[in-house]
Amino acid sequence: MLDLTYDTPKPKVIAGAREDWELVIGMEVHAQVSSNAKLFSAASTKFGAEPNSNVSFVDAAMPGMLPTINEYCVEQAVRTGLGLKADINLSSAFDRKNYFYPDLPQGYQISQLYHPIVGEGEVLVELGDGTARLVRVERIHLEQDAGKSIHDMDPNMSFVDLNRTGVALMEIVSRPDIRGPEEAAAYLGKLRQILRYLGTCNGDMQSGAMRADVNVSICRPGQYEKYQATQDFSHLGTRCEIKNMNSMRFIQAAIEVEARRQIAIVEGGGTVDQETRLYDPDKNETRSMRSKEEAHDYRYFPDPDLLPLQIEQAWVDDIAARLPELPDAKKARFISDFGLSDYDASVLTADLDSAGYFEAVAAGRDGKMAANWVINELFGRLKKDDKGITDSPVSPAQLGGVIDLIASDAISGKIAKELFEIVYTEGGDPAEIVEARGMKQVTDTGAIEAAVDEIIAANPDQVAKARENPKLAGWFVGQVMKATGGKANPKTVNQLVSRKLSE
Amino acid sequence: MSKLNELGLAEARDALRAGDTTAKELTEACLIAIEAAGALNAFVHKTPELAMERAAAADARLAQGDAPAMCGLPVGIKDLFCTKGVPSQAGSRILQGFLPEYESTVSQNLADSGAVMLGKLNMDEFAMGSSNETSVYGNAVNPWRRGNDVTPLTPGGSSGGSAAAVAADLCLAATGTDTGGSIRQPAAFTGTVGIKPTYGRCSRWGIVAFASSLDQAGPMTKSVRDAAIMLEAMSGHDPKDSTSADLPVPDFEAALTGDIRGKTIGIPKEYRMDGMPAEIETLWSEGIAMMKDAGAEIVDISLPHTKYALPAYYVIAPAEASSNLARYDGVRYGHRAKLDQGDGITEMYEKTRAEGFGHEVQRRVMIGTYVLSAGFYDAYYNRARKVRTLIKRDFETVFAQGIDAILTPATPSAAFGLGEMTDADPVAMYLNDVFTVTVNLAGLPGVAVPAGLDTKGLPLGLQLIGRPWQEADLLNAAYTLERAAGFVAKPAKWW
Repeated sequence: MLDLTYDTPKPKVIAGAREDWELVIGMEVHAQVSSNAKLFSAASTKFGAEPNSNVSFVDAAMPGMLPTINEYCVEQAVRTGLGLKADINLSSAFDRKNYFYPDLPQGYQISQLYHPIVGEGEVLVELGDGTARLVRVERIHLEQDAGKSIHDMDPNMSFVDLNRTGVALMEIVSRPDIRGPEEAAAYLGKLRQILRYLGTCNGDMQSGAMRADVNVSICRPGQYEKYQATQDFSHLGTRCEIKNMNSMRFIQAAIEVEARRQIAIVEGGGTVDQETRLYDPDKNETRSMRSKEEAHDYRYFPDPDLLPLQIEQAWVDDIAARLPELPDAKKARFISDFGLSDYDASVLTADLDSAGYFEAVAAGRDGKMAANWVINELFGRLKKDDKGITDSPVSPAQLGGVIDLIASDAISGKIAKELFEIVYTEGGDPAEIVEARGMKQVTDTGAIEAAVDEIIAANPDQVAKARENPKLAGWFVGQVMKATGGKANPKTVNQLVSRKLSE
Repeated sequence: MSKLNELGLAEARDALRAGDTTAKELTEACLIAIEAAGALNAFVHKTPELAMERAAAADARLAQGDAPAMCGLPVGIKDLFCTKGVPSQAGSRILQGFLPEYESTVSQNLADSGAVMLGKLNMDEFAMGSSNETSVYGNAVNPWRRGNDVTPLTPGGSSGGSAAAVAADLCLAATGTDTGGSIRQPAAFTGTVGIKPTYGRCSRWGIVAFASSLDQAGPMTKSVRDAAIMLEAMSGHDPKDSTSADLPVPDFEAALTGDIRGKTIGIPKEYRMDGMPAEIETLWSEGIAMMKDAGAEIVDISLPHTKYALPAYYVIAPAEASSNLARYDGVRYGHRAKLDQGDGITEMYEKTRAEGFGHEVQRRVMIGTYVLSAGFYDAYYNRARKVRTLIKRDFETVFAQGIDAILTPATPSAAFGLGEMTDADPVAMYLNDVFTVTVNLAGLPGVAVPAGLDTKGLPLGLQLIGRPWQEADLLNAAYTLERAAGFVAKPAKWW
């Protein structure tokens, strides 16, 4: 495999009123585990069901009910860990995080504070300009999601929907290795891409299947390097946590505005308070949710209803052996096997469907040409219709057919675009369409020669000028193409025109 | 034959199979006895119709000759067990009106074994207490009295209703649960047999949780043989409880040979406590002599961390309880306080829980919350967990040295008067558990066997502690002790 090498990006620098500041960002990403059943109950996880229809006695915390672990969710967490090149902890344990809220029926969330199932891993985050940030993952733990409180249905009452209660989440905790708003968004995007490749989370941010808490602090240039050398957080500024973000765009905006707020405080002689904040996209500002003093005391302790989770290395190895090709490896392979540019390879490996489509088109054909057609023609056309690759009316076989016709000189590139549009809108086999509609390129030199002769004979003035200035030969080529309805092989036309003009 | 309700499980089973009686007759006899025993306040929900239905079904099975172990035997179920369609309140106001849509695994196992449920039995609220006085239903009363003294006595707790009902022959046997001694102490106070099996032997699914790492269900019966029969019916692996052990359940009754020759019984010196009544000391010595006479080797042993058990228990159990009881918030089921204009969710929680929980439960929830708090966690909860490990190791060490069972007193005193401890320091009440909590902390099986009477005529019990999963051996040792002690006294009927 080709190893991709990147330069380390420069951190984002924000100019304050007095001096320059750098950003330090760490993220806790909550990713809903793709699983039909919940983490500790057999209730369905289907999104969009009638309120309180996917609720078991365990989810509703009825007296005497006990949680039992869903093995598939454990497998998904292990798979995710392996996908992030992380250590898998063969022994992990569940803890209770205690707090009262109506959408938390047990009065505690079952999580993994002390012994998470996945340890240290990493994510390579390409930034599209030849640089990439290696973000370290500190840990991944499994935990239950809470339900949903609904406060706007009645003026006097609140309602609770427990469908989401107990759904499995993976909390993926990064180290503070992210150095700017764009990097944060790119990190989340890369994480989402990997999880979708793995099939462990659908990555749907709108439905809340993926959301992030973002920790932001600021520091003077040079301080971060001291932290890196010592892992001593005192070199960094006090962090604030922006809770529950589920849009890449808002994450970037929130980080920017939060950093500027902190800079203003510090430059004004104040100190940043460690606290939890919420981002308001309407006003583009963060607001305090609760201070450190108001922070909940969650009284974590090991859940006595669940034995420590023991898994075997052989099981982990089996999951590892069945791991799909991941984005970095696929991209490297596309570059080395198909000769693609870094950019094209990135675009084509953005998701599995695109990559699969491309590979089907490229099989046995020129890879660069296939990439060109998939990215420029197909993606462009789909985008115009606001469609995704899975909705494409053109199958890989059809697109491959178009490319084959070009490669065999049966049609010109220009005709190929017309042909593509016909296949896109009307369907059909490209070769048959070309045949039936007479779109085949004219390669018969005699026929083309006749057309060239005719044009030369009809335009003696142009001929004289072109003989003075060979650049004007293009005019004749154009006339010949026009006369042949665009079907003449352009190369042949070029050769004939220049030969005839120089006779 | 004595009155049907006075029979034990084994006798009644044999009578049923011999055709000498029917499940209906047995059940009717118990229902009549229950009706006449209102003064004991043992049954808090009676289910006579359901009982007669099940008795009829049992008779049909008996007639067909496919009767399972407990077929047609009427039993009481502690209110801590959720029973489908039958009120299950754990002795608490906060579960007022709660009707489970499900049946606990243990009560289902009993039903599958043909047992006939007579109703639900009184208990300390959420199994927190040693006198049955924290129950929302008021206390159950011990059928035993101090001679002619009419002072009402506690049946013990938390399974006080179960103990009183079995001792007073209101049922043939009953279920109990034991978190720190809640089966063994009431058994000792009422002259009955109670076994807490190894943690994981009985499923906890459907039993209202007090302290999850300590709670175990077990039978309360009139004899060791009955305990063996009923424990076998209650036990078994349950995939719905992660802490339930996937182990085969032996034939416990078949293990009752009465032969303990060659077995080694340990006598722990740390259980000889200052201020222990002389009669308890005497009873213990007698018990040692009985085991020796039966052919066991008696060995003095040391369980050095015993003195830390009670404080560790009263950190761990409340910690788990504070979290287990968080679900009683008035949102989904049970009691919800009436709210005032402008009250929000915080007021709803506060008022509901203040009204719904009694003082002892509130005390333990607060202790538990405190010991788990940031800054106190290591000093209390973590330290208690370490103590727990050391206590477990104490037992492992002596078992590794060849000890088969350990003999101790079951309680530091005989049954005390109801109300006598009301104004005492709560710790004085907690001392009731001093001989029993170690067993829960170590997850071991322990059985209380009636072994004698004190000078006032009240029953006293001895405790045998066994190796993990060796309930069969433990029950055989208890059976030997029971036969040697020859305890046959019954309370004089006054109710």
